[in-house]
Amino acid sequence: MIEQGFKGSKTYKLWLLFLAGVILAAVATYRYQLSEGLTITGMSRDISWGFYVANFTFFVGVAASAVMLVIPYYLHHYEKFGPVIVLGEWLAVAAVIMSGLFIMADMGQPQRFLNILLHPTPGSMLFWDMLVLTGYLFLNLIIAWKTTGIIQSKAPVPQWLRNLTYLSIPWAVAIHTVTAFLYSGLPGRHLWLTAIMAPRFLASAFASGPALLILLLKIQEVTKNYKFDPKVYNTLGKIVLYGMIVNIFFYLMEFFTAFYSNIPSHKETLTYLFFGLEGHQKMVPWAWASALLGISGIMILGLSIARSMQKGLVVSALLIFFATYIDKGLILVIGGFIPSPMGTLTEYSITLPEFIIASGIWAIGLLIISVTFQMTLNLKKDNERS
Amino acid sequence: MITLYNKKLTFIFLSVFLLVFTMPFWKNMIKGSEIPAPVLQTTEKECVESREYMRSNHMKLLHEWRDDVVRKNNREYTNSQGITFNKSLTGTCLGCHQNKQQFCDSCHEAATVRLYCFDCHNDPQIAEKSSNEGFHEKQ
Amino acid sequence: MKNNKLLKEKNVTAELFSESDILEKKVSRKEFIKLGAIGTILATAGSRVFSLHATEEQHITSKAAVRWGMVIDPKKCKEGCTDCITSCHEAHNVPDHRDKKNEVKWIWKENQQTLFPEKVSPYKKNGNNLPYITLCNHCDSPSCVRVCPTQATWKRNEDGIVMMDYHRCIGCRFCMAACPYGSRSFNYKNPKSGLEKINSSYPTRTIGVVEKCNFCSERISDNKEPLCVVNCKEKAIVFGNLNDPESEIRQILEKYPSERRKVELGTGPAVFYLS
Repeated sequence: MIEQGFKGSKTYKLWLLFLAGVILAAVATYRYQLSEGLTITGMSRDISWGFYVANFTFFVGVAASAVMLVIPYYLHHYEKFGPVIVLGEWLAVAAVIMSGLFIMADMGQPQRFLNILLHPTPGSMLFWDMLVLTGYLFLNLIIAWKTTGIIQSKAPVPQWLRNLTYLSIPWAVAIHTVTAFLYSGLPGRHLWLTAIMAPRFLASAFASGPALLILLLKIQEVTKNYKFDPKVYNTLGKIVLYGMIVNIFFYLMEFFTAFYSNIPSHKETLTYLFFGLEGHQKMVPWAWASALLGISGIMILGLSIARSMQKGLVVSALLIFFATYIDKGLILVIGGFIPSPMGTLTEYSITLPEFIIASGIWAIGLLIISVTFQMTLNLKKDNERS
Repeated sequence: MITLYNKKLTFIFLSVFLLVFTMPFWKNMIKGSEIPAPVLQTTEKECVESREYMRSNHMKLLHEWRDDVVRKNNREYTNSQGITFNKSLTGTCLGCHQNKQQFCDSCHEAATVRLYCFDCHNDPQIAEKSSNEGFHEKQ
Repeated sequence: MKNNKLLKEKNVTAELFSESDILEKKVSRKEFIKLGAIGTILATAGSRVFSLHATEEQHITSKAAVRWGMVIDPKKCKEGCTDCITSCHEAHNVPDHRDKKNEVKWIWKENQQTLFPEKVSPYKKNGNNLPYITLCNHCDSPSCVRVCPTQATWKRNEDGIVMMDYHRCIGCRFCMAACPYGSRSFNYKNPKSGLEKINSSYPTRTIGVVEKCNFCSERISDNKEPLCVVNCKEKAIVFGNLNDPESEIRQILEKYPSERRKVELGTGPAVFYLS
């Protein structure tokens, strides 16, 4: 079945080769990181989590967003999602694998990662995160593999598969809630110490995941590989729209509490991020970029849905994807460390080796997405021809 | 029944796989391997446990020791003969087997099992001996 | 004389770890072990319950026989002196990479503005201008211990020291995110590249693990006080058993007003600063 994932146009095979090249460069850079240490990244004593953990957080969200396709299709029988449901599940698989790789890349002693299982610590949210993410990976892997197999065999969907799919609904919510708990239970980090961290995470996940899926589906159309029903785009767009509106609403709630209460520890990080603090302004352009991308994205998206304008829909998906990526990635994770517990304003910037390793992990994700999507669509096309 | 979809590719990949998989054997046949001969160079007659036991179990012993010392604050080890020792890699083990290169490395390099003990623990021959003055000696 | 008393107190407590006497009562070894086991379970359960409900109440929550703590007098700390820092870092092979990004430190100096900003009046910008020794607070309810996924850091039941197991640490740095005091450092580089001289009687750490002050647990096993305490010529740091009402540290804390960092966070620090 998987060999179908390697069948395609010359451009497609060149694309796979390109991804392999990026991965190789990243592997070489990772070996350099293993020997020199994480000093090759932009992290420091004050900012001890950076680009890797930011990406981890973002892609756990993308993985969780598969639930936004499963619920309409399996619970509400929205048949239009039929062709894309399994693609959403493969996207979830790729996203979880990327998250896991980002965590491994971030570890100081990665070969010891099994210590988490050898010495279980139920009080630690990282322990639960490892469990739920691994479980979610296997769950979605089984579901996606079997569902893809059914496309080929045209057998009826077995009840155990339905049951597993139902299980993936609360599980998807769980993975991102536990990931939010990594942040929202830490007493010294006031940007993160908020009850709506998990709701915010979920809202931004439900905006970013389907947005990415829209883009991936459009790429299939543009490369003349497969054409999807415009109504699918529209519905996905609606999910992105509501998710993003809720996300921005939550964000504004944070602003209100911080600035109306006027409490310095609540205000400081948001002030640093959006307005700069004591001359430190590195994050300000990023923060406003994220805000503007998000707001313009919502406006264009709303219009495009109302007037069924697919081009606008795709553009807005791109805007919203980057808005949530910058927000959840750079701003949230790195912002949490500024100011430091001593009140110092250390800043952070990504280094080249860090970026290459991250690119390698994105390439691995894109490779998984490309091969699984190609496999699925090739089987679908075979079906439709016969 | 196995259906060969692509005879050429299958043969190539299978050969490469077998070559890589059997590398330990043919590489050593070409190079010629020697049995490592660690030099004991001890100051004592008896080790913490017998030679046979240490050969098979020193890694397990060291794992137990490190958990006992670090996590349980228990430094006393009573061996099978009833003699007590201080659980210390640098102090007890290397206190007798003083040459790490000739003792530890001779086997570990042959077996390609990387020793990471000395990333942290001190090889008494390399680390400068602390002088009798110095802050940590006061009181 | 003061030190002798502390040593004696230490001898008593050391014996608690090995065999017989509890306070003045002679108990058999078997009974002691039984009592010790029950006591440890109760202490763990008790401290867990209390730490879950820790609020602004500054209760002494540890039920163990020993809870090590420190009281620091900033007025006694001499400007420009770094004896405590040098002695600690040299003995423990704490590397100096000479840049802030890769900095590793177990103990250092801050000022009142950074540790107790609420105490600094806007009309006296630099506060009391005194140096404040900063180190791991060995909290009663440490958030770093709560988050560690491998128990590479844990709080010792018998004396409350927050320990590090460098063999187990996977370098995830969750503890660094959780610590509200900035007490922990990560080895972004090979520590040996920042060490000109190695004290051979203490190990170094390896690349990729988190490290911090350990209250000189290796010296405490030998009934000795921590190096920073011992090497301060001005005796600005006093170390002792917070759970012993007769100890010097308790006398000081009962006599003079003191404060701890960020108490409102519920961590229950064991390091006090005289006001």
